[in-house]
Formats: sequence, C-alpha cells, structure tokens
Amino acid sequence: MTIDETTADAPTTWTGHLRRRFFGTFPPEKLLPETQPEYVTSWIYVFGVATIAALIFIIGSGLVLTLQGPLWYHSSSLGHFVNSTHLWSVELFFLFMVVHLWGKFWMAAWRGRRAATWITGGICFLTSVGTAFTGYVMQTNFDAQWIATQAKDGLNSVGIGAWFNVLNLGQMLLFHVALLPLVLGGIVVWHVLLVRKHGVVPPIDAIDPSDATVEGAAS
Amino acid sequence: MSVPHKYRAAPLALLSPMTALTGNLNGPGHYIDWGPIQISLANLVMILIGLALFVAALLLPFPKGRKRP
Repeated sequence: MTIDETTADAPTTWTGHLRRRFFGTFPPEKLLPETQPEYVTSWIYVFGVATIAALIFIIGSGLVLTLQGPLWYHSSSLGHFVNSTHLWSVELFFLFMVVHLWGKFWMAAWRGRRAATWITGGICFLTSVGTAFTGYVMQTNFDAQWIATQAKDGLNSVGIGAWFNVLNLGQMLLFHVALLPLVLGGIVVWHVLLVRKHGVVPPIDAIDPSDATVEGAAS
Repeated sequence: MSVPHKYRAAPLALLSPMTALTGNLNGPGHYIDWGPIQISLANLVMILIGLALFVAALLLPFPKGRKRP
C-alpha cells in the first residue's frame, strides 16, 4: 500500500473515525459468528439467549398492553391473555437470567478481560428488578396499591421517596414503559456486544481461544 | 342481589387441568415459616425450579449438531 492510499483511507470526519473504530472492534465475522468453540455445546450456555428470547416476548406483549390500555387488559379475555403473557414472560426471564447468572458465577466468567461483561450483566439484573417492581406498582389494581403502600415506607426510610415516589402512578408508569426499558435495552445490547468482542468464557481448565491465538502469534 | 354466573368462583375440579395443577391463584398466598425465615410457596417453587434447571443443564447431554466440512 502506498502512502497516498493510506492517507486516502484515513478518516477525516467523526463518522469516519466512529466507523473505523466500530468495525475494527466488531468485524462482521465477530459480530455474527457462524461457529463457537467445542465447549459451548452444553445446556448451561443456552440460558443467556433464552433470557433474551423471554425479553423479546416481554417487549412484544408490553407494546400490545401499552396500545390497548388498562381498561382492556383488566376486562377482556384477550386482554387477560396478553397481560398473563407479559407476566409469565417476566417469570421466565428472571428464571433463565438467574440460572445464567449461577452458571457464569461458577465459571468465574469475568476471567480473560471479561470484567465489563460480568458487570454489565449484573447491572442488567438490578435494572430488571427495578423494571419489574415498577410494573407491579402500575398495574392499576388493588395488588398494585398494596405493593405501593408497603414499598413507600421502605423507600422513604432510605431517603429516595421524594425522587422515586411509588404512590405517583404517572411517574411509575413512565419509569416502567419508557425510562427503564430504554436503559435495560441499552445495557443488554452493550452486554451482548461485549460477549461478541471477548467471546464466550471457556471452562476453567480449558484453553481460551483468544489466549491461544495470542500465544500462537507470539511463538 | 345474586352474583352473575360468570363472576362466581368455579369449583377447583371444574377448572382446567393446568389451573388445577397450579392451584387456585385467586386466594391469599401460602407461606412457609421456618424460624426467622418466611417465604411464599410460589417463590420457593420458582427457586426449586431454577435449581433443577441448573442441575439438569449441567448433567443432560447437549444434542450433537451436523458436522461442517
């Protein structure tokens, strides 16, 4: 390659710099790989993608509930069905996520420069708890009222009741359908991109393919 | 005033098999007390299902995919 060609390829705008950095970090074959290491052929590696599948059902059923509103999902058969689909998707989401978390904990999945992947997963879990909680207090039924009046004392005792007021239905509604899903969706995308960047964590006694590549290149 | 038929509670035996399997969820929750520990039966069941899934995921063989050339 000549100097002229190198100069011609160098980006001169922020969009060019961003493109070069993104595709440098995530080349297409890394972003959408066709193969995985042999050790991934275990059911314990399935629960991460099962969690994302449940999340897709949660978002889909939640969008329908948003479009139709509480009167519909409290009073019609189809509304009850979609409302139940939303609830049971959340149950499965947490079930799969907790098994995924247990699996990754016992694999020490933060090994091999994967600390950020582990931390974003933990933040996903905590954000999900908050999102589910705001869902419980904005159901617009007696269950929601009971949970909100019980929770307000706990939240006031730690001093955040003035900013996060569970008795304020409008605030809880917007937290549940706008703010927290956006935050959670963003962190989930970040978490998956980090998994793509660093690869799936190998078992403790297995050779990490990324380390093997580095050692192979060095030798 | 009589309660309209559609709002009357159905006997458990007449509900669908799935509902009968899970129990009548319209009543108050069942709680298990064990000294200072109190947990709802529903939460305990979910935790036990999670543990069973975890153990099964470790022990069950994963189906073999087709070999690539």
